[in-house]
Amino acid sequence: MLNDSRTKQWLGARSAAWRKAAQLVPVLQQRRHATLEEALDAVESYRSVARDLATARELAPRSRTTAGLESLYAQLHALISRKPPFRAAVFVNLLRDRVPTAAAELRTRIIAVALLMAAGFGAGWYLVDGYPELIGLFASGTMIEKVEQGHLWTEGLVNIIPSSVLSVGILANNIVVSVFAFCSGIFFGLGTFYLIALNGLMLGGVFAFVHQHGLAGALFKFIIAHGPVELSVICLAGAAGTAIGESLIRPDRGTRRDAFQACTHRVAPILLVGSMLLVGCGFIEGFISPDPRYSLRFRVIVGAAYWIFMLLLLSGRLFRPPAAPLQARRS
Amino acid sequence: MMEDQVRVQGATGVDLTLTVAGPGNRSYAFIIDWHVRALLAAAWLLLATMVFQLGLNVKTHDALLSLLPAFGIYFLYHPVIEIALRGQTPGKRIAGLRIVTRQGGTPSIGALLIRNLFRLIDSLPAFYGVGLVSCFVTTNRVRIGDMAAGTLLVVEDSGASKSLQRFSALAGASHLSLDGMELVDQLLERWQALESSKRIAIARSLLERLEPGVVAGELASLNELQLQARLLQLVQLGEAAKGGRAPPAADSA
Repeated sequence: MLNDSRTKQWLGARSAAWRKAAQLVPVLQQRRHATLEEALDAVESYRSVARDLATARELAPRSRTTAGLESLYAQLHALISRKPPFRAAVFVNLLRDRVPTAAAELRTRIIAVALLMAAGFGAGWYLVDGYPELIGLFASGTMIEKVEQGHLWTEGLVNIIPSSVLSVGILANNIVVSVFAFCSGIFFGLGTFYLIALNGLMLGGVFAFVHQHGLAGALFKFIIAHGPVELSVICLAGAAGTAIGESLIRPDRGTRRDAFQACTHRVAPILLVGSMLLVGCGFIEGFISPDPRYSLRFRVIVGAAYWIFMLLLLSGRLFRPPAAPLQARRS
Repeated sequence: MMEDQVRVQGATGVDLTLTVAGPGNRSYAFIIDWHVRALLAAAWLLLATMVFQLGLNVKTHDALLSLLPAFGIYFLYHPVIEIALRGQTPGKRIAGLRIVTRQGGTPSIGALLIRNLFRLIDSLPAFYGVGLVSCFVTTNRVRIGDMAAGTLLVVEDSGASKSLQRFSALAGASHLSLDGMELVDQLLERWQALESSKRIAIARSLLERLEPGVVAGELASLNELQLQARLLQLVQLGEAAKGGRAPPAADSA
């Protein structure tokens, strides 16, 4: 400590400013909006506390005053660097700019992951077609029994469980699968590869099995309305997961941790859009897919329309402002 | 409890020091939060079944009103509360923790959502195994969700900030040395938390050192409350002379 009495004098002189700053912090922390005066007050307090902290570190490095100023400075720092409150415009910007950018970045990966799923599908089909007893690995006993009796397990589903309940269960399950495909990219992409290949394998195995019992058409009719978007979203999440994996294997900036963080922030909007699409898929799968009243044509139209909607959403075209007329542009 | 410090560049050019929470602090906050969300979900289930007479069968419409909100409370508790309270939950608040960005700022909604998405991995294989191991081995004691989101869980020392207000107000006028004031202030702040015999012994020893002309025999005859009053009087001498208010420590006594 340099000079006890001068330090005490200084503490006494600065105490009012610190008290004011300390009273301002909790008030602004609890509020969503601050007035211009309050914001300027916070910035001014931040500056003065920074100066005082630098002085306190010199005068009394291990004192409680310094610890208190460190804490106050950190709180003010968090306060003034706070993002503006959430507005709808932020969400529109996300859909208009960040989602298309992420989708464009992931294009090659999406194709690669779709091919991996297709390869898994082929392998599953080949295995169950050649060795029918292997279906036990992919389907439950009840499902197998029903198919062997000539019925799909989805028949009469709406009579057992209300469509709304069914939808919620399905969409929750699909969102968890997508989030897993995304997050398991942390295992250098291997977790994602495993999940995607396994999903393809199961799908192929089940299709081969129902084909053997003459029910492939019925299963196709069941999945065509929701399946295209559902499988596409899983591929999207998988593609994002592989990007995360690659950011860890070959970091493109700074450390692995920096690259991982940057990549996650870049591709995460895809998962958000995917989850929103899966909510729609859940409702289609709960209300339309198991209901025998809907014709195949209607289901194909729903499936195709929803898939085109997904493409428009990913390309950002749904949220782009309309182009200005030619005359206006010339002038 | 392991605690690390991280230095971050402030906007003014003066670094700020953040104390990173270790696995102990994290677990403490998580256990509180787990109880809060489990109790809230259970309370909703009780309310739904006993007051609204809803069934719990997943094959009926009732499930949408009984089970779904309960699952919602349980699984969406962290992301929703962390966004609403800007990086805090009741558990974190009790444990004195806050989520901040790696630059010490308030995290965005996106960062908080990403942080919570990776709970799926951090919670593997059970009891947050991956997350705990990650906290033990990483430099800033972060779990995978924090790495993905670019966040840190830091100790928010609000006590230090309160102590600063009290202490600095007294410092200018007190006749005590800074060291002495700090010691008395610390003792008064921790008075309730200390064992009775310990606080009496420390108070006597401090008064002997700091009060000029005090007689040891006189201190031996003072009880706990009297000792506390003497300590308060000691730090407030200058402030009282100026007609200032008593510090908050007097209220807690």
